[in-house]
Amino acid sequence: MIGFYTLLYKETLRFWKVSVQTVLAPIVTALLYLLIFSHVLAKHVEIYSGVSYIAFLVPGLVMMSMLQNAFANSSSSLIQSKITGNIVFVLLPPLSYLEFFSAYLIASIMRGLVVGAGVFIGTLAFTATRDVSHPLWILLFAVLGTGTLGALGVIAGIWAEKFDQLAAFQNFIIMPLTFLSGVFYSIHSLPAFWILVSRFNPFFYMIDGFRYGFFGASDVAPDVSLLVVSACFVALSILSLILLQRGYKLRH
Amino acid sequence: MTIPAIKFQHLHKHFSGVQALQDISLTVEQGEFFALLGSNGAGKTTLISILAGLVRADSGSAEVMGHDVVGDYRAARQLLGVVPQELAYDPFFTVRETLRIQSGYFGLRHNDNWIDEVLFNLGLTDKADANMRELSGGMKRRVLVAQALVHKPPVIVLDEPTAGVDVELRQSLWMFVRQLNAQGHTIMLTTHYLEEAEALCERVAMLKQGQIVALDRTANLLKNGGELRLQISIRPDNLPLELISRVVHQSGNTYTLTMKTPAELEPMLAQLRLAGVEIENMALSEPDLEDVFVQIMGRS
Ligand SMILES: Nc1ncnc2c1ncn2[C@@H]1O[C@H](COP(=O)(O)OP(=O)(O)OP(=O)(O)O)[C@@H](O)[C@H]1O
Ligand SMILES: [Mg+2]
Repeated sequence: MIGFYTLLYKETLRFWKVSVQTVLAPIVTALLYLLIFSHVLAKHVEIYSGVSYIAFLVPGLVMMSMLQNAFANSSSSLIQSKITGNIVFVLLPPLSYLEFFSAYLIASIMRGLVVGAGVFIGTLAFTATRDVSHPLWILLFAVLGTGTLGALGVIAGIWAEKFDQLAAFQNFIIMPLTFLSGVFYSIHSLPAFWILVSRFNPFFYMIDGFRYGFFGASDVAPDVSLLVVSACFVALSILSLILLQRGYKLRH
Repeated sequence: MTIPAIKFQHLHKHFSGVQALQDISLTVEQGEFFALLGSNGAGKTTLISILAGLVRADSGSAEVMGHDVVGDYRAARQLLGVVPQELAYDPFFTVRETLRIQSGYFGLRHNDNWIDEVLFNLGLTDKADANMRELSGGMKRRVLVAQALVHKPPVIVLDEPTAGVDVELRQSLWMFVRQLNAQGHTIMLTTHYLEEAEALCERVAMLKQGQIVALDRTANLLKNGGELRLQISIRPDNLPLELISRVVHQSGNTYTLTMKTPAELEPMLAQLRLAGVEIENMALSEPDLEDVFVQIMGRS
């Protein structure tokens, strides 16, 4: 267990030592989105009755930031270690696959939660009213969402051999899926075809379920979202463990 | 019978088109000081990487102190310390942080006494709190050596630990490694400085294109393999024809000649006398490991 704690400590320290870049920067970005979108759109949209657009936007932005940063943490740590060669320091010791995976996963979740909390606190400057109807659901979706993206980051970090491959993963998979997940709108405001497409986007369920925790209202039933997100988390975790166990691209 | 420190059995490994290792079987006993020699690309690092679990063999097996490196990888890795050939470091940490973290990976907390001892022996004490980025190349390599030793592994493998390291440290590094060997640690090393291997290692394996072409005690290799060398400077510069086939090196009027046994010396000198050639300078030398190495590599 000491091996696992040490790797977790190292992974946490790694992002914490450069927190301006890994924590502060994404918080500022999210708040800029809030500033711009709320000014442009505030007067035009009311998605749930009694919920202003800016209040609607907050959970989506928080979740989006958490997901992106959870992914960035494990994936960038792994690819940097692979490219600089210091990955050997974690491949030589007697760490089990599960310890290895859990350490990268939990560090990602932690970075996601720290960024999420930062964004949330930042948004208090924009809207004073704050509904938190089901705090446990909020926490549950935050952990499962960041966990899913942390696991995806482990997979991407193992698979990618160059930074641009990772960037492609981020730009062509993570970004579109987050933007098309209903961060900025309710999917019911979309044409029928796009509603259907959204139903196949796991990110939609993460954000919708997370938002349910705030407003007690959502596009789909929260237990359905919980089921979908849990299934994604379990599936990606199993895939990560299989890759690690086989030594895919790490042990040649 | 005791369990061997390192045991390879019928290892094969190929990388897209290259046969890196071909049927390698090799046993290193506990307490041995062993050298793995071979030209660039011979397969030394591949063999070490298989032992360390960084590379997977196509077939065959590798064991550390009786533990299979795949089936029983945790036990095997706990007993093994590897200094990788490639220089690598984590720029986020200081030397001490690096070593504490490495200790933690091996399940050790509160390892500072040993860390300090290792730092001292590798001449790193005053760099303990320097960031890894600030170290010179040779110092980074010393940290790499230190990282391999944090858990006091009974089996220590060093893949060219002295590449890019200054003379002073090379000596103190070998002194430290010798001391570890005297305490019972098994040492396997690779180096292209053959005089290091000759001075340190009691047994040697030579690899060529993924195959073992020599495996013997260093003393036996020197005794059986090498030829004696006679270096002479002559005047006039007119070497008798009978001696020309013996020349391995010439610069000006200085010739290096080979001979199989000391008994051949007298007839050679007689031929020089007969030709009316005067010897200005003469030196006779025993073959060293480098001579043996060149000879074996050229032969097979
Ligand atoms: N990851 C890899 N992918 C493809 N080929 C490889 C890989 N690693 C090693 N090789 C090839 O395997 C052969 C053996 O390489 P290896 O690194 O084991 O040699 P070496 O004896 O350590 O050489 P050196 O003295 O230069 O360190 C070489 O032909 C090398 O090109
Ligand atoms: Mg090598």
